Amino acid sequence: MTVLILPWLGLVMIGLVVTGVLAASAGERMAGYGTLIACGVGLAGVLLHLLAGAPEAGMTIPFGIVGQSGGLAIDGLSSLFLALVLGLGMASGIASLEAHHVTTAPALPVFVAGMVLTLLAQDAVMLLLGFEAMSLASFVLVMTGHRDEAVRRAGLLYLGMAMLGALCLVAALGLMAGDGLSFDSIRAHPPQGARAVAVLVLVVIGAGSKAGLAPLHVWLPPAHAAAPGPVSALMSGAMTKVALYVIIRLLFDLAGSGQPGWFGVPLIVMGLAGAVIGALRANLETDIKAVLACSTVENVGLIAIALGLGFAARAADLPAIAGLAFGAALLHAMGHGMFKALLFLAAGSVQYGAGSREMGRLGGLIGAMPYTAGAMLLGAACLAGLPPSSGFAGEWMLLQSVIAALRVGGLGVQVLVCVLAAGMALAMALAAAASVRLVGVVMLGRPRTPRCAAAVESSPPVRWALILLGLGSLGLGLMPGALLGLAEPALQVLSTSFAQRASLLALVPQADAPGYAPLGILALLFLLLMGIAACLRNWAVAGYRHGPAWDCGFGAPPDWLPFGDPATQYGPGSMAQPLRRALGGSLLAARQSVTMPAPEDSAPARFTETAQDPAERLIFAPIHRLRATISHLADLMTFLTVRQSLSVLFAALVLFLAVIAALEQT
Amino acid sequence: MTLLAGVITLVLHLLLVIAAAPLLVGLVRKLKARLVGREGPPVIQAWRDTLRLLRKEPVVADGTSWLFRAAPSVGLAAILTAMLLVPSFAFGMMTAGASDLLVILGLLGLARCTLALAAMDTGTAFGGIGASREMLFAAFAEPAMMLVVITLALLAGTTNLDVIASVLGSGVLGLRVSLALALGALMAVAIVECGRIPVDNPATHLELTMVHEAMVLEYSGRHLALIELAASLKLLLWFTLIATVFGPFGLAPPGLAPLSWAVAMLFWVGKMALLGAALAVFETTRAKMRVFRVPEFLGVAMLLAMLAAVLLLVSQGFA
Repeated sequence: MTVLILPWLGLVMIGLVVTGVLAASAGERMAGYGTLIACGVGLAGVLLHLLAGAPEAGMTIPFGIVGQSGGLAIDGLSSLFLALVLGLGMASGIASLEAHHVTTAPALPVFVAGMVLTLLAQDAVMLLLGFEAMSLASFVLVMTGHRDEAVRRAGLLYLGMAMLGALCLVAALGLMAGDGLSFDSIRAHPPQGARAVAVLVLVVIGAGSKAGLAPLHVWLPPAHAAAPGPVSALMSGAMTKVALYVIIRLLFDLAGSGQPGWFGVPLIVMGLAGAVIGALRANLETDIKAVLACSTVENVGLIAIALGLGFAARAADLPAIAGLAFGAALLHAMGHGMFKALLFLAAGSVQYGAGSREMGRLGGLIGAMPYTAGAMLLGAACLAGLPPSSGFAGEWMLLQSVIAALRVGGLGVQVLVCVLAAGMALAMALAAAASVRLVGVVMLGRPRTPRCAAAVESSPPVRWALILLGLGSLGLGLMPGALLGLAEPALQVLSTSFAQRASLLALVPQADAPGYAPLGILALLFLLLMGIAACLRNWAVAGYRHGPAWDCGFGAPPDWLPFGDPATQYGPGSMAQPLRRALGGSLLAARQSVTMPAPEDSAPARFTETAQDPAERLIFAPIHRLRATISHLADLMTFLTVRQSLSVLFAALVLFLAVIAALEQT
Repeated sequence: MTLLAGVITLVLHLLLVIAAAPLLVGLVRKLKARLVGREGPPVIQAWRDTLRLLRKEPVVADGTSWLFRAAPSVGLAAILTAMLLVPSFAFGMMTAGASDLLVILGLLGLARCTLALAAMDTGTAFGGIGASREMLFAAFAEPAMMLVVITLALLAGTTNLDVIASVLGSGVLGLRVSLALALGALMAVAIVECGRIPVDNPATHLELTMVHEAMVLEYSGRHLALIELAASLKLLLWFTLIATVFGPFGLAPPGLAPLSWAVAMLFWVGKMALLGAALAVFETTRAKMRVFRVPEFLGVAMLLAMLAAVLLLVSQGFA
């Protein structure tokens, strides 16, 4: 099996690319079927490989740049991420069988193939090839609705960030590859000193921009909102995780374990910023997919915190704490990948079934869309971190690793870790608020528009995809220990001195300590629910009757307003109001203003509210202004007279020669 | 033998807390009435109300879904599960291995989110206002609570409540300033979580600043009975949590010991009555604060908890 796994996955990749080529002529359903079959075949192989303990395997392929043979390899870490990518690829393949005339569908299998290649890469060229295939294919998929101005803008922003990321990754790999491009030779000569710091900065910017680490996350909400449902599911569930894998592979594995502990600090700081800002923005956005994308920023931030803590603990030679933190990161990455894909597919289903992504145009869908509503409830429970969901298991491990990390450093570090814990708790509570708002406004209450009142459930393929991902999320939530067991080879890649058998049924912070047993909690909940039902049957009156909502005497709506006055129902803006007022002003520069018309003027009073991400305000707006200034200056040169033009050229030449002379001197 | 003792104490604990929760609410009401010079209803009145409501047919608002009807049972089950994880009179209950503080907070979050969703399902403005404010309070309460958990975890080396209480109860740590600060923070969080004055007023029904009562406005009959029971259990849970962590004396050790269980139950009843009296006095002397003052109130709690953790780190240096 070990010998076969790489050729097997190679064939899967070829199959995916061929599917893409065929789908370009044979239609989009071909892309769906091909992705489903290829990912299913690959997933079966990877799961067998994981169950066999994920032994390492390598293979050279006749492909690559001249003088260097390319190579593929698989180990515990890449197998775990491969299982996630292929599983989500399957679900997306099924969901994209629904005929929505997606002209960009052929890019879907290529997108998956790019992610698989990134995970299997054994040298710098393969890694970049896979990463770029992933970026470009997903860019094409984001541009599906390119007739819309907002989609074009989101796509171009995404492309710009992808190019920045590629530039940084090429430079980082160039700095790392001293003797050869293969990972083995990089591992043999890890970067040292200033070069290692440069690698750290470049990798965090290059892969972090793809993962959505703050402040490089600005592209994420618009791009995820613009893409079709199955594509945003893959981008949010799988692609951000592949980017995290690249960070782990380059910084934690290839750069060697000799790097100083403060290398984890940028990840922790960016992670905390992303977690809080993302969770708060998820409470303010009104587009359901933008809400989900902002919560992706939050969760990637949480995972990055755990990775940073693990790095610091490993450098401080505390393998138990490092193992706990890395385990938390992997568990939450897998859990988040699964439930976020579930939520994005449900959001896509709402978009097509109820005709809008705007929360203010939806409402009361739980009756018309039972499958979608069930999926969204489950996903929201994970997002809110409620036990016994997979989200809670991940967050429990994260908080345990933060508590354990109090033993990593001196007093200064400990105080900062306390602040970190408080910030993470804030982000988690904000995420709970966001998920209540999402489900409450979209699924519950009364319909807000006639179109939404006539919503229909999505077609069987989407339902199957929802059921598949829902079962996966449930299983992961109830048996997180089983996943940690599978992740053990991956943990050994990250921290070689790590040796701790995970328990199958429970999560424990350290060996022989009491922990969290989801099945036990579920059994208690279930038994008590049965008990309550039995008590009610014996001692309470049965049945119920319907009546208009009491609403403190507001009264039933008239017959010509079947769903009542929509404006009397709490909407996305009003649900967000308390948090916007309490936190938005300081963190998101949220402002609101009321314009009252003059007396006797018949114009309506206007209430406007604005909020802006600090990353946009503090980083991207100045860059944008700088670009505008430079291009304005360059523009002025076209109006120069011939004489001025020639003198500019001459001055440039002199300057150039002077620089060369100065360089020759040194 | 230990298993048998664990099962018996768990069942006794369950029966005890269910019986005691409405009585505690009745006691607080009675004391508050006496403090302002009224006679007040008898202590048993809360139980009578619950039984009366159980016999009434609920009226369910038009346009609500199954979630609205299921929420009271789910919320009560979540709070009861959390309650089963908090040791009241004996250590070593069957659930002792799972009595993790973070899990207890998660289960309370489950009850909170369920009720908030049910409130939004009614499609009324009152439901929305209650739900949005409840989630706002939670967002500020969680960081403070997390810092309290860190303080306790630093002292006991684990987040397991059973172990924390036994370590604190064994007296090896002695009195600490950090513990007093953490107690203050925990009490502030408890007041917010239980919706008591000065954050929310459990006695009002028509005031724009209300939170919990606005969420359950549409409930009636047996649904309301379950919700009232859940609310009183939540108060009892926070009281028991405070009493077990900060006054862990008088708890029976693990093992089969019926006599010490009886004594420990009396201790527990005494502690609950004491905390109930303190709450009654506190509520009578306070006025309700504006909604947007609550984040500041919780900010003070967060600061206290942060001070508790930092003091502990300075004095012990857990590196």
